[in-house]
Order: sequence, then structure tokens, then C-alpha cells
Amino acid sequence: MTSGDPGPILGAAVGKPGPVTRRETLAAAVAGGLLLSGRHVQAQPSRPAEIKVGIATYLSGPASVFGVPGRQAAEMLFDEINEAGGIGGVRVRPIFVDEGPGVDHFVGEYRRLVQSEGVHIVFAAISSGDCLACTPLADEMKRPTLLWDCGTQRIFEENRFEYSFRTQANATPEVLSALLYLLRAKPDFRSIAVVNQDYAWGRDSWEIFRTAMQALKPGVRVSAELFPRFGATDYSTEITRLLALRPDVVLSTSWGGDLDAFIRQSSDRRLFERSTFVLPLAESSLERVGRALPAGHIIGARGDHWFLHPGPKDPALLKRFTDNFRRRFSSYPIYPCHHMAQAVFAMKAGYEKAMAAKGGGWPTDAELAAAFRGLEFPSLTASVRIREDGQGLENQIIGTTHHADQYPFAVMTDMVVFPAELVTTPVGMKSADWLKTLKPEIIQRVPQPVAYQP
Amino acid sequence: MQAWLSENTLLLGLAALDGLSYAATVFMVAVGLNLVFGVLRILNVAHGSLFAIGGYVAASLGLFITSRGLPAWLSLPALLLAAVLTGALLGPVIERLLLRRVEKQEPVLQLLVTFALFMILEDLQKLLWGVQPVVSDAPVRLLGTVDVPFGADVIPFTAYQLFVVPGVALLTLLGLVWFLRRTLAGRMIVAVTEDREAARAMGIDAARVTLLTFSAGAALAALGGALASPTASLVPGVGAQTIVLSFAVVATAGLGRVEGAAVTALLIGLGRAFAVYFEPELEVVIPYIIMVAVLLIRPQGLFGVPETRRI
Repeated sequence: MTSGDPGPILGAAVGKPGPVTRRETLAAAVAGGLLLSGRHVQAQPSRPAEIKVGIATYLSGPASVFGVPGRQAAEMLFDEINEAGGIGGVRVRPIFVDEGPGVDHFVGEYRRLVQSEGVHIVFAAISSGDCLACTPLADEMKRPTLLWDCGTQRIFEENRFEYSFRTQANATPEVLSALLYLLRAKPDFRSIAVVNQDYAWGRDSWEIFRTAMQALKPGVRVSAELFPRFGATDYSTEITRLLALRPDVVLSTSWGGDLDAFIRQSSDRRLFERSTFVLPLAESSLERVGRALPAGHIIGARGDHWFLHPGPKDPALLKRFTDNFRRRFSSYPIYPCHHMAQAVFAMKAGYEKAMAAKGGGWPTDAELAAAFRGLEFPSLTASVRIREDGQGLENQIIGTTHHADQYPFAVMTDMVVFPAELVTTPVGMKSADWLKTLKPEIIQRVPQPVAYQP
Repeated sequence: MQAWLSENTLLLGLAALDGLSYAATVFMVAVGLNLVFGVLRILNVAHGSLFAIGGYVAASLGLFITSRGLPAWLSLPALLLAAVLTGALLGPVIERLLLRRVEKQEPVLQLLVTFALFMILEDLQKLLWGVQPVVSDAPVRLLGTVDVPFGADVIPFTAYQLFVVPGVALLTLLGLVWFLRRTLAGRMIVAVTEDREAARAMGIDAARVTLLTFSAGAALAALGGALASPTASLVPGVGAQTIVLSFAVVATAGLGRVEGAAVTALLIGLGRAFAVYFEPELEVVIPYIIMVAVLLIRPQGLFGVPETRRI
């Protein structure tokens, strides 16, 4: 050092003219070394001992019917990744937090995950309220966050975030594809009644459906708009009302125990014989309600999720996942399991892309976040691409219930896989505006249905 | 008004049938809560958990009967058995180990203790029955449907909903009124409710009366859950939703009033049903609108008696 150029750091550290003493040189060298090493750590993070993944899901309350299967899928997939050597040779470890106590609690949990647990990436959340709360927080704390299950379309339509990305579709394609299927399968329906849970999803999903319906089939009579209490156990009054009104179609985007009870009580009172039901989330209830859900009604799965998918991109992958899940948890994987798988696959693909961009070096948080934009990763049935606005483009499967001898519950037939681009709001537009621009010609672009194959 | 009435008479009739059935379920839970408060003067937040556990036990018994191929009619007495089991096993344990210890404490501490118990019982449910919805609808399927005429049409109702639930609620009401007024044990409960100190001075074992009353209240809550289980899906959180509505009934009726609970449950049941038919947006809030309206006019509740404050 003394024989050559001292360099700007050394010079700055000395800070005075004249001869330099040995002590000052030593001090400056140590300070400069520390500074340089600090810069080095910032620019080139070392490979961590493990990738800690904070996962927000419902472990309590009614939504745990989705949250717990989601957690089970995560545990299974994390085990598989670790058995295969981890991501870039680093093991992954999930740290679960419960969304049950509400948004305020979740915000605190998000901060704890980042600041105390030191998670490298967060999967959040099932609740749309939680996702709306944590996306600005992710930018503030600069922690890559994958929105693994929440449905609200508002997140990327109203804001731009640098650290948040959705690894699945949102409410608009989920509801619109059910409407398009209905318009294709039962084009002559003239009246509709809705029975949705009285909270944000129930109201918002009806608004999406109604807006699109007014654009594509104006003049349909809305016989009744019923919003029973979230968590209601008794639908007898609503069912009596629907029996008396006899609408051609009954729409319900309800889920969990509410949907199970509504299906069973409707079945007991023969409401299914009077109206065609459209149940965009019924895939998650099929195994529980068994044959109470009759054949001939329209169901969906909040995405391209179905263990008997008519054309999976990698049939072996879907079969292995389904079989392993059934073996370990004694039930068929429902859509939150698929959504969790997509988040896990996206995380793996994101790290691999970011590492490849650095020639094998470990990415910073910012580099990892940047890797998710435009990322294409496999799902269990096809692939998902994250758009430039952070929204995932995911196909949607909708089908008609069918009773087959092999299963003690309804399965899907006449399945239509809607291409994501057909049913997803374009970048830069809001769903409410885009839906109003839809023309009936879109129905002609709906792919042909595929029948159930035993 | 007359034209509106004639046009909607049939609808009002249907709404009344729905309201009656709903009121019966609400009454079963609220009356237990009311009875317990009357004797213990403790507002038991964990009452909703007893409703849920009664439902889970009934559903488990029903599923057991179905899976073993036993006669389907056994699922009906199984509902009663579930209530008795829950009341007999949990009632004495809760009363002896927890409530008795806070009997003389501040109301806020009592509330906290029952809230803690509620949280423990919620976790216990998840531990035993998991988080997936549980249902056993054998009783509903066993009894089939009844077609109620509706103009030229018919509206199918389940016989279970139309006869069993309101029938059990009516029998419970009559049985309770008879028990409290005509039997020695019932009169002892009434005496403890009216004035605990005077009852003890007259030789009534107040501790024993309290134990029996709490167990009976727990069994009534469990019976409400058991009756709801063949149609409802039991999921985590069902107890919390039940207790909120029960509090509304009890507050409207007047704390400690059995007949009041019946009348209020009927009011709320009919109000909710009429709302679904004529103003669906009010469905969720109608019980609370009724509660606020009543409490504004009669702060002690519909059937409550104003009490002199002791100094």
C-alpha cells in the first residue's frame, strides 16, 4: 500500500497533510478494510444457512378450511425441495403465522417475521384485507412477498409495488370465467338470484359478475340479492325464498362450511331441481358434500386446479402431487393446495432466475424481487406468468358436475380451461371499466368443453 | 296496505314457517345462557363453545351410526344423547374448577375467565375434529320433506326443520316452566335466582343448585348445537357466532327470564325471516335492531324486572 497509490479511501481516512505515522496508516487500513468488507457484504450477500419463508395462512376460524390444507401442501413441498437438495443448495424452512386474529394482528406478524425471524421471503395471504395491508409494507421493508391466495383484483390495479407479486389469478378472471361458461352452457337463462356471504368477497364477486352480465347479456332479471351473515349455518329462509321465486340460475360464490350447508340444505329441499346453480368455489367442497351436490350444475376452482384436469402440462407432476397429498393427509388436494404449490414453485424459479443472472451468486432482496417480474413458472396443471404489473396470469377451469362410479362425490365434466389472457383485465385497466367493454363475441372465443374421462 | 297484505299473505306464511324454525334454534341456546346467568350472575362467554361441542358430538355419533350401518332412526336419540353427554361431562368440570372460584370476583374477571375458557374449548374442538366442516344429516334424510302449498306451487320443507326443531324447543320451554314452577328442585333454583343469601338461610344448598343449573344450561346449549348439526356445517368459529346472537336474545328478553327468551327468539326469528323476504339487506342486523329498540324503551329487557340497587 505504501509503495503504490494510497487510494481515495486511505487518503480520506488520514484527512490531514504531512507525513503519515505508522499508527495512522494501520488505523486507516483497518477502517478501509472494514468499509470495503461492508460494501462487499451488501453487494454480494453470502449464501444463507437456510431460506426462511414466512407463510401467512388461516390456522383458526372458518377460513382454516383453506388455510390448513394450504399449510399441509407447503409442508409437503418444502420437504420435497429439501430432500432434493434445497434451492441453490440451501434448505428452505417455513415459518407459519395465523391470519385468524385479523388484519391488525397480521401486520404485526409481518413485521415480526421480517425483523425478528429474519425471513427471506413472505407468502401472504388468504385474506384480501391482509394482502392489501402487507403490499405497502413489503415495499417499506423491502422484503419479497408472494401473494399466494388472496383474490382482490384491486391490489395491482390501484397501485404499483416493487416487492409484491401474485402467483395466481384474481377475482375478475375467477368470476368472469364462470359467467362465460354459463352463457355458453345455458344461453337462454332469463333470471338469476345470488346468495353470497356478507363480506367483501361476497359483495365484490357479485359486483364483478353483475357488471360483466350487464355487458354480455343485458336484460337478465335479478330475482333476489341475498347476503346471509358470514358463517351462517341456517339457509332455510333463503332457500324458501328461492323456491318461491324459481330463478333460472342461482349464483353463490360462498365457500367453506357456509357453502357446504347451503348445498346440503338446497339438496334436501330439492332446490337443485328448480334452478341451475353456479358455484365458482365448489371444487373445495366436493369431497365433503358428497352426492348432495347433484349432476348438471356449474362449478369452478379459483384457477386451473383439478385433480382430474383434462390436459395437464405435466401429468406425472399432477399425479405425484395428488397421490402424495392423499397419502399424507387422506384427502384430495383442493385449490389452496394448488395455490400454495404455485407460490413454492414461483419462489424456486425466482431464486434460480436471480442466481443465474448473477452467475450463481446469491441474490439480494432487490435482485430476487426483480426476478419475479416477468417470471414464468410451472403450476401443477400448466404454467403461470407474472406480468409486468405483478399480477399472475393463470388459466381458469370451469365444469359441470357429474356423478361417476369411481368417486363418492361429484366430479367435473364438460370442462373448459379458459386461457388467462381471455379473462384477465389488461395491464393498466381497472376491472370495473374493462368488464363494461366486453362484447358478446367473447363467448365465441371460449374453448370447447372436454368431457370427463373415467 | 290491504292490497299489499293480500298479495303477500302467502309469502308471509312461508316466512313465518322459516322464522319459527330459526327461532327454535336460537331459543335453545339463549335459554341455557339465561338460566345460567339467573343463578350464577355470570355471563358465560364459553356458552357458544358448548353449543359447538354439542353439535360436534352429535355429528360424530351420527357419522358413527351411519358408518356402522346401524338403523338410521338411532340418529334422532343420538342428538339428545350428545346434549346429555356434553352437559354431564363438561358442565360440572367447568363449574367446579373455574366458575366457582370466581363467583365472588368482579364481573370483568368473570368475563375474562369464561373468555379464556372459550379460547381453550375452541382449540379443543380443532384438536378433536380438525378444521374441515363436519356434518351428519342422517336425521334430515330419515324424515324427508313435506310439501307446503304455495298458490299453484308447492314449497318443500324438511320435516326435521318443520317439526323436530320447533317441537323440541316447545317441549324444552314447557318442560322448563313446569320444572321451575312445579318441582322442589325447580323452586330451589328460582329461590337462588331471586335471592341467594335468603335461599341459603332457608337451608338450600346453593352450591349444589348452582352446579345443577350450570350443567343443565350446558346441556341446553349442547342440545341447540346437536339440533343444528344435521343441517349446519360445523366449523371452527361456529361457537363465537352463536354466542353473539344469544347475548342479543338474552339482553332483549331480560337477564334470567326463560319465557322472555322464547318470546324474544320468536321475535328475532320472525324479524329475520321477514327481512330476507322483504328487505334482505337488513337480515344480518335485524336481531340487533330489535335489541336496541327494546332496550331504548325498556332498559331491563322485555321481561326483566327493574332491581333496586343495593348500597
